[in-house]
Amino acid sequence: MLNRQIRATTAGDSARLEVETFTSNRGLALEEGLIFEIGRAEVTGVDLDEPAPFEPRLGGLERKDPIGLPGLSEPETLRHYVRLSQKNYSIDSGLYPLGSCTMKHNPRLNEAVARLPGFADIHPLQPQSTVPGALELIEDLAHWLMTLTGMDAVAMTPKAGAHGEVCGMMAIKAAIEAKGEGETRRIVLAPDSAHGTNPATAARLGFEVRSIPARADGTVDAAEVERLLGPDVAAIMLTNPNTCGLFEKEIVEIAAATRNAGAYFYCDGANFNAIMGKTRPGDLGVDAMHLNLHKTFSTPHGGGGPGAGPVVLSGRLAPFAPAPFLRRDENGLRLVERLDEAPYSLGRLAAFHGQMGMFVRAYAYMLSHGADGLRQAAEDAVLSANYIRASLNDLMSQPFGDRPCMHEVLFDDAWLKPTGLTTLDFAKAMIDEGYHPMTIYFPLVAHGAMLIEPTESESKASLDLFIATMRDLAMAARRGETERFLGAPVYAPRRRLDETRAARNPVLKWTRPPPQPV
Amino acid sequence: MRYLPLTSEDRSDMLARIGASGVDAFFSDIPAEKRLAQTLDLPLRKSEMEVSRLLSGLGAKNTAAGSVPFFVGAGAYKHHIPASVDHLIQRSEFLTSYTPYQPEIAQGTLQYIFEFQTQVAALTGMDVANASMYDGSTATVEAVLMAHRITGKRKAVLSGGLHPHYAETVRTFSHMTGDASTALPPDVFATENMGAMIDADTSCVVVQTPDVFGNLRDLSPLAEICKAKGALLIAVFTEAVSLGLVTPPGAMGADIVAGEGQSIGNSLNFGGPYVGLFAAKARYLRQIPGRLCGETLDAEGRRGFVLTLSTREQHIKRDKATSNICTNSGLCCLAFTIHMTLLGEAGLRRLARINHANAVDLADRLGAVSGVEVLNKTFFNEFTIRVPCDGAELIERLAEKGVLGGVPVSRLLPGRGLDDLILVASSEVNTPDDRAAYAQALRGAL
Amino acid sequence: MPKILYSKDHEYIRVDGDTGIVGITDYAQSQLGDVVFVELPLIGKNVDKGAEAAVVESVKAASGVNAPVSGEVIEINRALEETPAVVNEDPAGKGWFMKLKLSNPSELDALMDEAAYGAYVQTLG
Repeated sequence: MLNRQIRATTAGDSARLEVETFTSNRGLALEEGLIFEIGRAEVTGVDLDEPAPFEPRLGGLERKDPIGLPGLSEPETLRHYVRLSQKNYSIDSGLYPLGSCTMKHNPRLNEAVARLPGFADIHPLQPQSTVPGALELIEDLAHWLMTLTGMDAVAMTPKAGAHGEVCGMMAIKAAIEAKGEGETRRIVLAPDSAHGTNPATAARLGFEVRSIPARADGTVDAAEVERLLGPDVAAIMLTNPNTCGLFEKEIVEIAAATRNAGAYFYCDGANFNAIMGKTRPGDLGVDAMHLNLHKTFSTPHGGGGPGAGPVVLSGRLAPFAPAPFLRRDENGLRLVERLDEAPYSLGRLAAFHGQMGMFVRAYAYMLSHGADGLRQAAEDAVLSANYIRASLNDLMSQPFGDRPCMHEVLFDDAWLKPTGLTTLDFAKAMIDEGYHPMTIYFPLVAHGAMLIEPTESESKASLDLFIATMRDLAMAARRGETERFLGAPVYAPRRRLDETRAARNPVLKWTRPPPQPV
Repeated sequence: MRYLPLTSEDRSDMLARIGASGVDAFFSDIPAEKRLAQTLDLPLRKSEMEVSRLLSGLGAKNTAAGSVPFFVGAGAYKHHIPASVDHLIQRSEFLTSYTPYQPEIAQGTLQYIFEFQTQVAALTGMDVANASMYDGSTATVEAVLMAHRITGKRKAVLSGGLHPHYAETVRTFSHMTGDASTALPPDVFATENMGAMIDADTSCVVVQTPDVFGNLRDLSPLAEICKAKGALLIAVFTEAVSLGLVTPPGAMGADIVAGEGQSIGNSLNFGGPYVGLFAAKARYLRQIPGRLCGETLDAEGRRGFVLTLSTREQHIKRDKATSNICTNSGLCCLAFTIHMTLLGEAGLRRLARINHANAVDLADRLGAVSGVEVLNKTFFNEFTIRVPCDGAELIERLAEKGVLGGVPVSRLLPGRGLDDLILVASSEVNTPDDRAAYAQALRGAL
Repeated sequence: MPKILYSKDHEYIRVDGDTGIVGITDYAQSQLGDVVFVELPLIGKNVDKGAEAAVVESVKAASGVNAPVSGEVIEINRALEETPAVVNEDPAGKGWFMKLKLSNPSELDALMDEAAYGAYVQTLG
């Protein structure tokens, strides 16, 4: 009785049929138009009452012409953005091995506490007497950051890693100017493997960037740094662990030489996740280092921000920190906002005092882990990267030989050369396997670089499946099964996109198409 | 530890596979005497319940804007955010994804950025907008640097109506980059003559409207003078909702627009994260900083989106890049665009009218308090009052009475003889009762 | 008969009397990939040998086009601003960048002829 219409209960012959659909949807893979195509100017998803008549005070500056903003009702809005979201890869849906980006788990507790009205619904300029808990949280977080890094001070304002670099390099510039050496010390040394932000930051502050060549083992040679140092050098910018996933083993000598030459040591802290609780930059001789709260301390990457990049400072740079900053004195804890209270301060880096929403999340992460958990996280991240290295090193080549790495492992494309495939082809094939590709073509010191950072958030089963997948792809490449790579991705919401077309004829906003002839 | 999936057994198995004796083998490049032998002197791990309790305790010590009659603005504004905005930005696929460098699996992010760029261009009346910046103040710095690149000149003239923190931020960068900036004195009544300040070295003038004192400014005459003298006009705003009611900078001849987008979709968050809006005339496209998303086709001819013109950016050009910035304000940009989509043109215009109506009502109520003077002839949802006492002390006394009554000008401009001025903002969240409570508290506090 | 000379940075110059037409070589365009944007110097600008005179961008790279010899820019190929793809399609012909009036023709002696440049490219692998 129950199966009266004799509905088939097995898949039968329906499998493997390519069907052109009317909607262009492919089942759950739903196409979605732009809000400008589906919305209308008169529709709104927010109920608001028209105000009672009143005399405006706009001085004749009313906006008269149509703005051109479509509206959607609430259900339409939900559907639009849910459909868009389904076209994205995310940490929550799979392993995200982007080297140098530290795509670790983003705990939802962090999201919940950041939304407490006492943090999310307070204004940066309401009386300080009404926000003691916020100031206390920033002080506590600062204490954690200084303790973890062994540094004397921390500037909390910077809004991202690159903004942190600006902050640290400005502090260095201010210190140099205070010594009357602003005119002479104009050179910044940075290795070839540096993040692009390093030279960009130094250049925008008027420094001349000189590159430090990488040694055959992928690290920086202290003797080479010593040779480049001189009375004209302001600072050295070094990432440690570096972007090849290696710890700069001569860092103490480099720091000492830098200090002896009267220069400052800026460390890019993007890779702090590898050494948290294992060693402290302050003990290594670093003068300034930004911490990416969105990498090491799990605040969400959010498809490209917002970040947060507090900068820890050595004692000799601390007086130059930007305003506002926290001060605890006999009157208790307060934010010093006036520059006349901070005579050496480099100035102000942004309108307000930092990414509070990110501070709450990062602090929740730290409290959850504790000193013991953070150290364990670093160890697990490094262990997982080495596990991947040891499981792929027979198939894929490493530019600096096979040696233990930190939290990320770097391969190059030497092994792919005979196959005729590129790093990009390999990466796109990973998409069909359900993985976000690793970082590719960075660092520049490795040809066709593939930089894999699994983080501590993956289970062994997840790592094993990833490794098995990478091995299968690598062997397919070696066997010459190029069709699996050249056409990839096939199973993504879009096939490869024409970037040349986008760049040659930039279309950066929607414009109403001309009416079609009937 | 609940966030770490590896078990002790897993770790042993993995070490065995690697052929390492222990995890310390991987840290051997750290000089031995610099390795931390024991756990740092910080608290140990805590359960979710413990962390939640601790942070709730800290949060409870603060006075939330929504819990009192609230009139604080000056660059950040309290507005109602529809519940669906926060729900949507917490979707895993938005929250936990990276920058869309692999466009085939990031079309969601790319499409909303494309929509956002279109919305911002429309809102500001400009040709082209980027994918957002950190906040309004840093966007203003970027606008100044962009003007220097375009004109080949290196001096910025800053209006006395520009938010003092924005001016300080620009000055900090100018000093560090060796550029010049001239900040005009505080301009409470919007009477300064900026055109007269433009000389042969001036690359740009930076003007805010509504300005920090709340005045609306017609930029058209200044735009004419800028054009004649070869300087660019940078228009700044800190209250994006105003653009639903007042003439946009693009219609007044601005070359570059930098503004704060927090008030649409984003909470106050004690100053961040916020979302900087950035737009410009099309002819300056190649000099725009930050990310840009563009339309293209995929291999099957379907429409898709990619980050484009990235050769301007730091990861390609390194020390020759237009900016060192490598992030936008992703989720804040998403919150902005969702809220804007919910509002639509009709909703935004109505929201702006309500804001203006509430501010007009508040100005009338406060102006009726003996000894209090409203200084503005024009304003949107914020205005300046003069009180017969020290403004900062008055604000503290009001806070004790449970009213957060605004920002004393002396907090933004200390030592400038403006200690009796207060900036007061009113948005749609204020009820008539809130406004009456403010007027009454003010009477009591004077 | 104009002669064509090459620099190690992969620019060519087609010399005709005291002027020369500068562009990038076929090898250079193949290494860059699809050219999407070209930034040309202003007419009248004096450029020094080896200094950046123009910029050529592909999707993923931006590189300077250096003046192979010193001179004054007397003509530029404005067509490239609209159709940069010409640099890929016809680098030695329609894809030229600028015409220089040579200020020091003896600098030409340091450049390679076609055979020498061909051998040089071979060494780059």
